[in-house]
Amino acid sequence: MAITRKPLGERPALLQMSHIEKTFGGEVVALKDMNLTVNEGDFISLLGPSGCGKSTALRLVAGLMRPTAGRIEWTGGQGLGDLGVVFQEPTLMPWARVAENVWLPFRLRGKSYSEVKDDVLEALRLVGLEKFQRAFPRELSGGMKMRVSIARALVTKPRLILMDEPFAALDEITRQKLNNDLLALRESIGCTVIFVTHSVFESVFLSDRIVVMAARPGRVIRELEVDAPYPRSEAFRTSNEYAAHARKAQEALHQAIAEAA
Amino acid sequence: MSIAEPATSAPLIDAEEEARARNERLMKIARWMLPSLVLVVAILAWHFYVTIWEVPHYILPGPTVVAQKMVEDWPILWPAMLITGRLTLLALIMAVCGGVFLAVLFTQSKWAELSFFPYAVILQVTPVVAIAPLLQIYVENAFVAALLCAWIVAFFPILSNTTIGLKSSDHNLEDLFTIYGANRWQRLRYLAAPSALPFFLGGLKIAGGLALIGAVVAEFVIGRAGTGLGLASTLLEASYRFNFGRLYAALILISLMGVVIFAAMSLISYLALHKWHESALKREG
Repeated sequence: MAITRKPLGERPALLQMSHIEKTFGGEVVALKDMNLTVNEGDFISLLGPSGCGKSTALRLVAGLMRPTAGRIEWTGGQGLGDLGVVFQEPTLMPWARVAENVWLPFRLRGKSYSEVKDDVLEALRLVGLEKFQRAFPRELSGGMKMRVSIARALVTKPRLILMDEPFAALDEITRQKLNNDLLALRESIGCTVIFVTHSVFESVFLSDRIVVMAARPGRVIRELEVDAPYPRSEAFRTSNEYAAHARKAQEALHQAIAEAA
Repeated sequence: MSIAEPATSAPLIDAEEEARARNERLMKIARWMLPSLVLVVAILAWHFYVTIWEVPHYILPGPTVVAQKMVEDWPILWPAMLITGRLTLLALIMAVCGGVFLAVLFTQSKWAELSFFPYAVILQVTPVVAIAPLLQIYVENAFVAALLCAWIVAFFPILSNTTIGLKSSDHNLEDLFTIYGANRWQRLRYLAAPSALPFFLGGLKIAGGLALIGAVVAEFVIGRAGTGLGLASTLLEASYRFNFGRLYAALILISLMGVVIFAAMSLISYLALHKWHESALKREG
């Protein structure tokens, strides 16, 4: 049940960030003149060194802070449940069972569990955890907790999913597995993702657009397209094409680091 | 000396694990045996000290006298225990209600916290023994005065622990609640309250003991006028009459109540947390 996705350049805009500035305490410039159009179906990675404002950009899109200047506009306006978020930590409620954690976005909109049970179980099935719906978070491994977090982010079928270095705390093997699963998930539900990472390899493997950012002040310095087709398999990781894209991304990241210094 | 036989197959449990298992079994028995042994030895020592040195019973009654008094005076002691127990329990319930209510108020309204928290602290740090006589004067009903006295002592740990707990929610979860448009009530109900639960239960454990202390102080200071003849009043009266057997019996019952309260609070805490909270988990290996 693969979804069809329009090629890059023909996708309708979902969200527009124009001339975004964010300063803290009147002097620290976290973001300077950021412009980014997120299109429907994009998988965008924000890649850069620490302090480049990539997480700030994500928090601005999430509405957790307001930009000092500039505008963020959703095509057709932003509704409740249009946004799913995955943090670096799984951020589950330890007192609630897995299914209750996934139910949370609905619960906060006043929907009873029986009303949305099918959606909750479907989300858990998508991340392969339907058997664990009655478990408590502490009974799960780090990777499984992250999957629950992802299930919660997509249970409302959001138009945009924000991921803030979600796999950074996991070991390399678990991380690769979850990268594969995330792509498979995207193929089956066709979500739009903004993914913050500081890993070149992760960004190349996952995304079709890489936005490279530099620090002090946080800004976008380069945008790369990874035009390798989806679905991307394990073989893509060892392909020349992958290596070429990784080199380009690595060079851009180097430039970002050099410019900041 | 023989050379060690080559192992035909590696044992499933090696020597180190075996030693650990043995140690664990030993600890399990020792946990009950050692305190019981100490108790028996102490009672025997007490008994022989009193009999050998012929200590008069109005200075130190022997364990047999205390046991005898416990049985003889049971018709007096049991109702007294009920009275003290009722006072303690009521004070604890009020402390829970008052402490939680104020904690919620303080975390919901910065203004309320800024205005009243210092006074909650002052109420706490002023020794209750010093306040009790005043309560007796200003509060007409002596039982209410005694209740207030016990309440003042018990409510502060609940207030301060719950306040900290309500403020200790995971920041990312707070953000998540913001993103999903949670209102104030949902935030309190689904995030702050469960986060505060372990803190509240910690406070409850302390408050249980303090409620008993407050009740005893109240009985001492305010006296039987309001509370009726509780255990502490019985104890005081027995000391006036040099009835030290009864005094010790009452004392033992009071500390027994303290133990029961503590055990009950620990049980409540375990039941509420054992499924998810780290403090209630047993670590393996």
